[in-house]
Amino acid sequence: MTATDAHIANQPLPDPAPEPAAAAQPALSIDRISHSYGQRRALIDVNFTVAPASFTALLGLNGAGKSTLFSLVTRLFGIQTGKISIFGHDISRTPGEALRLLGVVFQPRTLDLDLSLTQNLLYHAALHGISRREARLRSAEVLGRIGLADRAGSKVRNLSGGQMRRLEIARALLHRPRLLLLDEATVGLDVKARADILDHVRQLVTEQGIGVLWATHLFDEILPSDDLVVLHQGKMLAHGQVSRVIAEAGAQDVNTAFMRLTGTQTLTGRPPS
Amino acid sequence: MSSTTVASAKSGFSLSEYIVCLNGIVWREALRFLHQRERFISALVRPLVWLFIFAAGFRQVLGISIIPPYETYILYEVYIAPGLMAMIQLFNGMQSSLSMVYDREMGNMRTLLVSPLPRGYLLFCKLLAGTAVSVLQVYTFLLIAWFWDIAPPTIGYLTVLPALVLSGLMLGALGMLISSVIKQLENFAGVMNFVIFPMFFASSALYPLWRVQEGSPMLYYVCQCNPFTHAVELIRFALYGKMNWVSLAVVGGCTVVFMVAAIFAYDPSRGLVRRGPGGGEA
Repeated sequence: MTATDAHIANQPLPDPAPEPAAAAQPALSIDRISHSYGQRRALIDVNFTVAPASFTALLGLNGAGKSTLFSLVTRLFGIQTGKISIFGHDISRTPGEALRLLGVVFQPRTLDLDLSLTQNLLYHAALHGISRREARLRSAEVLGRIGLADRAGSKVRNLSGGQMRRLEIARALLHRPRLLLLDEATVGLDVKARADILDHVRQLVTEQGIGVLWATHLFDEILPSDDLVVLHQGKMLAHGQVSRVIAEAGAQDVNTAFMRLTGTQTLTGRPPS
Repeated sequence: MSSTTVASAKSGFSLSEYIVCLNGIVWREALRFLHQRERFISALVRPLVWLFIFAAGFRQVLGISIIPPYETYILYEVYIAPGLMAMIQLFNGMQSSLSMVYDREMGNMRTLLVSPLPRGYLLFCKLLAGTAVSVLQVYTFLLIAWFWDIAPPTIGYLTVLPALVLSGLMLGALGMLISSVIKQLENFAGVMNFVIFPMFFASSALYPLWRVQEGSPMLYYVCQCNPFTHAVELIRFALYGKMNWVSLAVVGGCTVVFMVAAIFAYDPSRGLVRRGPGGGEA
């Protein structure tokens, strides 16, 4: 356990598991979603759910449709076909209720580099209607939890890549969502920063009962106990617990299972010769 | 129980949540403005150059007869001051849209758009924040212009405020609409050539329209159809404690049309713009 993780573990947890009524619903339901950019089909009949308090890895190569799916869930794109619900709230019909329960970390950095850490958090809190006083309390709390309390007044541009990512995750949790989406959140980070962030997110699942959808193309970020969705060229090829997906693919590990499912040989996406 | 579960059962938003959101967006815009002092200075230098150099040079060439709202002959500098105030707002509106395109490319725009509050309201808050900044710039310009003998009636400083807010909203909404159809930052240079310059020069900002009509009746009608002309006239009349009802109607109407179109364009379910995976995810 790193110093940061130890620090995280020592902090009070603000958010216990949801009530049974909320927990009965899937955290995220993707129901027969298709999406096209003109003639090009980016998603084809994608269909899966993410349970509360679970870690679901969305595995796919670049261009598989992961970011498109995230844009649909976050309502940056309009849904063309199918339905997306967050804890039973249809994202098209009741976007306010759905987005209240959603925290997002996008692949590109979305922090304002010229604002301080606290100012970035306060801005996010305001966008969720959280009063300034409450926002200050929560900001201090989350900054302490990610070990950046002493940098609260610094400009974000002075942080390292890993610290920025941790801040983005903390920001995504500020309004206490029940579902967290992370789109390739460890891209560009060194091994230690990657491990820290992954540990942090897994703790959110086990200790706070948050449902996590973790988009990645890195096999080593996936554990056998995770749920797995394999996306390839817009199609969902497999969905289930990692160990079951591996077994059904007749493979020894997730790497081989992925390659058998997708017909690719390497992560460049080239087919086997 | 956690506040989250409470939120899961909650529908709609309270008035205080809307106010908190508005405050937050205005506050962030103000912070960004303070961090970009060069933007503030350049926004002031531009109209001051026109006032101190262009107007001084043309003072003898362009005589201004007595036209409403003026009751006496006036210096050319006095005539173009309202046009320059509107010019500040025009450039500010376009600057805001430029920053929206930049935010969208850099990803910051997503932070705003994934807020649970209604998207139309979020965009309106953004618009209001940009307008507040432009009004601040205009009053700073008026302060400097006062030392250059541009001294409207004292009450004019107050009566011009609603006109500035309305014209700022109209030009900001236009900028927002433009930002929704521009896919890349590089394309923004075209806005200078196809929006800002034509709007500014084909208006009553630099010369009264009766003079334009003498020179080119066609251009006169173009100027009459230009909403920026009416923004200038609304400001000009308000600065002298008077009301130009036609300009008020045109500016008010255009504000509504541009705003609705911008909200429409940013609505993911009905957007005007087909968005691709590589950019333009507004």
